[in-house]
Amino acid sequence: MAVAEQERTVRGIGHSLRRHEDDRFIRGKGTYVDDIVLPGMLHMAILRSPLAHARIVSIDTSKAQAAEGVVAVITGADLAAHNLAWMPTLSGDTQAVFATDKVRFQGQEVAAVVAEDPYLARDALQLIDVEYDPLPALVDPHKALEPDAVLIRDDKEGQTDNRCYHWEAGDPRATDEAFARADVVVTLDTHYPRCHPSPMETCGIVADVNQATGQATLHMTSQAPHAHRTLFAMVAGLPEQNIRIKTPDIGGGFGNKVPIYPGYVAATAASLLLGRPVKWIEDRSENLISTGFARDFHMHGELALTRDGEMLGLRVRLVSDNGAFYADAQPSKCRAGLFHIVTGSYALPAAHVVADGAYTNKAPGGVAYRCSFRVTEASFLIERLVHNAAIELGLDPAELRRRNFIRPEQFPYTSATGFVYDSGNYEAALDLALQQVGYDDLREEQRRARAEGRLLGIGIASFTEVVGAGNHKDYDIAGIKMFDSAELRVHPTGKAILKIGVQTQGQGHETTFAQIVASELGIPPEDVLVQYGDTDNVPYGLGTYASRSTPTAGAATAVISRKLRDKARQIAAHLLEVSEEDLEWDTGRFSVKGAPDRAVTIQDVALAAYTNMPEGLEAGLEGVHYYDPPNMTFPFGTYVVVVEVDPGTGDWKVLRVVAVDDCGVRINPMIVEGQIHGGLAEGFGIAKMELITFDEDGNCIGSNFTDYLLPTSWETPNFECFATVTPSPHHPLGAKGVGESATVGSPAAYVNAVIDALGHLGVRNIDMPVTSAKVWEAIQQASR
Amino acid sequence: MEVNVTVNGAQHRVDVEPRMLLVHMLRDRLRLTGTHVGCDTSGCGACTVLLDGTPVKSCTMLAVQADGRSVTTVEGLARDGQLHPIQEAFKEEHGLQCGFCTPGMMLAAAALLESNPDPGDEDIRWALSGNICRCTGYVNIVKAVRRAAGAMRQTATQAG
Ligand code: FES
Ligand code: FES
Repeated sequence: MAVAEQERTVRGIGHSLRRHEDDRFIRGKGTYVDDIVLPGMLHMAILRSPLAHARIVSIDTSKAQAAEGVVAVITGADLAAHNLAWMPTLSGDTQAVFATDKVRFQGQEVAAVVAEDPYLARDALQLIDVEYDPLPALVDPHKALEPDAVLIRDDKEGQTDNRCYHWEAGDPRATDEAFARADVVVTLDTHYPRCHPSPMETCGIVADVNQATGQATLHMTSQAPHAHRTLFAMVAGLPEQNIRIKTPDIGGGFGNKVPIYPGYVAATAASLLLGRPVKWIEDRSENLISTGFARDFHMHGELALTRDGEMLGLRVRLVSDNGAFYADAQPSKCRAGLFHIVTGSYALPAAHVVADGAYTNKAPGGVAYRCSFRVTEASFLIERLVHNAAIELGLDPAELRRRNFIRPEQFPYTSATGFVYDSGNYEAALDLALQQVGYDDLREEQRRARAEGRLLGIGIASFTEVVGAGNHKDYDIAGIKMFDSAELRVHPTGKAILKIGVQTQGQGHETTFAQIVASELGIPPEDVLVQYGDTDNVPYGLGTYASRSTPTAGAATAVISRKLRDKARQIAAHLLEVSEEDLEWDTGRFSVKGAPDRAVTIQDVALAAYTNMPEGLEAGLEGVHYYDPPNMTFPFGTYVVVVEVDPGTGDWKVLRVVAVDDCGVRINPMIVEGQIHGGLAEGFGIAKMELITFDEDGNCIGSNFTDYLLPTSWETPNFECFATVTPSPHHPLGAKGVGESATVGSPAAYVNAVIDALGHLGVRNIDMPVTSAKVWEAIQQASR
Repeated sequence: MEVNVTVNGAQHRVDVEPRMLLVHMLRDRLRLTGTHVGCDTSGCGACTVLLDGTPVKSCTMLAVQADGRSVTTVEGLARDGQLHPIQEAFKEEHGLQCGFCTPGMMLAAAALLESNPDPGDEDIRWALSGNICRCTGYVNIVKAVRRAAGAMRQTATQAG
């Protein structure tokens, strides 16, 4: 049997296998954190600050303590008594668990009620009396950075202003020289607004601490259970072997479930103090106003070019609005995440990025919302700049991109800010997208439409991402190196369990990881049980975010499968009484060269590994591998969006979305495409409607789904997806990771399309979300 | 207060506080946890159930309002161990990822197909527009509903 055919019969890599996990979800039999009920379980509700900035004068909990069903009321002072009032953040800052001195954003955690019933816990919150002394709120990061601004973090020793970091990348001198040679400099000032990942399931925990043994079992919505266990051990001073984090099914994450939140710590403390399990499930408003938001970058970009469109240099000045605590989830060396990938898909010889972070009176936790650590902001900026440069130079935006792409033969390519791009063929992806959308005809149609007064726009984004952190030398989170792991146990009957250090939140790991084992070892995917998310059970790993599952744990799975295959070969040689060199491997089967009928299957070998192993060979067919990626992977693609803008109302409708993604080798094409669909929809939401903003007093606007708008099936466009395949040269499977590409790449394509429709009127920018009102306003301004 | 309600064909008598929401009665009292809560403003549809065949948001209804009525939750979609065509189609077309919106989505779709056995994409998108999904981008959900409609029409013809 030909190898390719056999691989298809085991339904391994490349097969659109239907998902194992669906069987429970379609029956309503998933187990999400709120579905967990333990004997004697109590319910916790959190009191939050109504003010954005205020000193706490007093907290009176006596009435709440006396209320029906209330078991305990916990304040910051109670936590402080156990040294738990503050906790470290993922960016090396500190964050209040419950406020003791001041509240620093609206919605900040102040106290909690633990009661027999969730309704009673809520009732009692209203009985807590907090007296506040209001302070001026800082909602503009630029103002926050002014020298005389009121100090938000007066808790931090030595902190004299509201700057939470200053960071630079690239070469300022080389960039200045490039700009001196430029014929044209195109500038863009844009705010990538604060938005929120909003997984359909909010965050929550059931904390179950056994007072007698000190064992803490924490069922929590975590994208990174092991990292959280280590951080918990550090925060709470609990011995790490006594902490077990178990993630139930997770109802979406998109970065929102990467940080540790005060609610987790408070519920754990409550369970420890009360000796009963404590459940805390945040409601949607709590999720929107207090947990990891995304973006909020104020960017100024300058692109230097020659008159015929050669890109010479890029300069970026950005101010990030980090909220009251610097709690971004990102590698510790990267103060603005991986934003310095901002040169994108282009052979830009010089670049310089200067970034400053501001503390403001807003929620903390700049997480990457379906994004690899700020790649989204970077990709948006460069793709918007390129579009505007094309208008300035009178060049077609596709042509301008083509002239400046890093060419296939230039890989591995070292970017001006120090990334080493692994592989790419950007022009092929662009060409396929243009061909699929019918680009030349569309441009013609656009001209005709314009003549009739209709506003048609075509937006392109040719993004490059950087995903799959580490390597360990350059990337760590809170000191923990960014490797990942897989442990494979093949049982005597030839069935297997794979335990991985990453964490699914809907990505389909139970299926795709089984397919990797299937391709590598020939065990059919339905015979491979994939486990994750229980720190007592699976090997240490850094979790799932930044599209790192396949690049890291996927690689670990391939490597451990291959190691077991090597051992299997020794056993097969013993069974067939030949030497190892005389054996041929054909997915799932060793046969003797020249005598294909003399063969053993992987199942035969598995049995022999426990019943009939060769002399001197260790028993069993099991192993674990920790994979330290040699480099990150760089997925890319081109998205083309076609819109029509209504000149009367400013509303814009998406007519077409053509997406070409190159994420290297696709393990399960169906799942890959599903990930791309999701990202294109979230990108559409960000471009058109998702916004968290604040009034001048720091009141959050966007605190529920009637103010924070998410796209529904009605307004979300249809997506046409295509692939090119450029394998990663350093990944054992050639895969690159894909979960976030579409959210990273698509917002610029949507916005470029609207700007393209209005470019001839002189419109050069509309900040996201590009609402009808803003478009209408821009048209009015332009025609004045 | 006592509520007499039929849930997935079974008769239940439940003693509830007047303020208890229907979703909490289903989840906490009847332990039917397939119905999820995604928001607190009727904005997401994760809690969708069928009330006498009509989709309602069970987070926006009191349990007592269901007195004397019939409720279908996701657990009631399969009959005699046979998956509902909508369930089959969601799996086949990869219409779910994290699964959190899925029960509500499938129930809203079931109600649509009751009244319109051959909906177009626009009909489907409109009928599901009260249900938010963050994972799938809806494309495969629409496909799944179309596939289920086809399968159900075929069964209906065969039966007829
Ligand atoms: S839970 Fe969101 S509408 Fe009911
Ligand atoms: S499948 Fe996750 S929200 Fe729809």
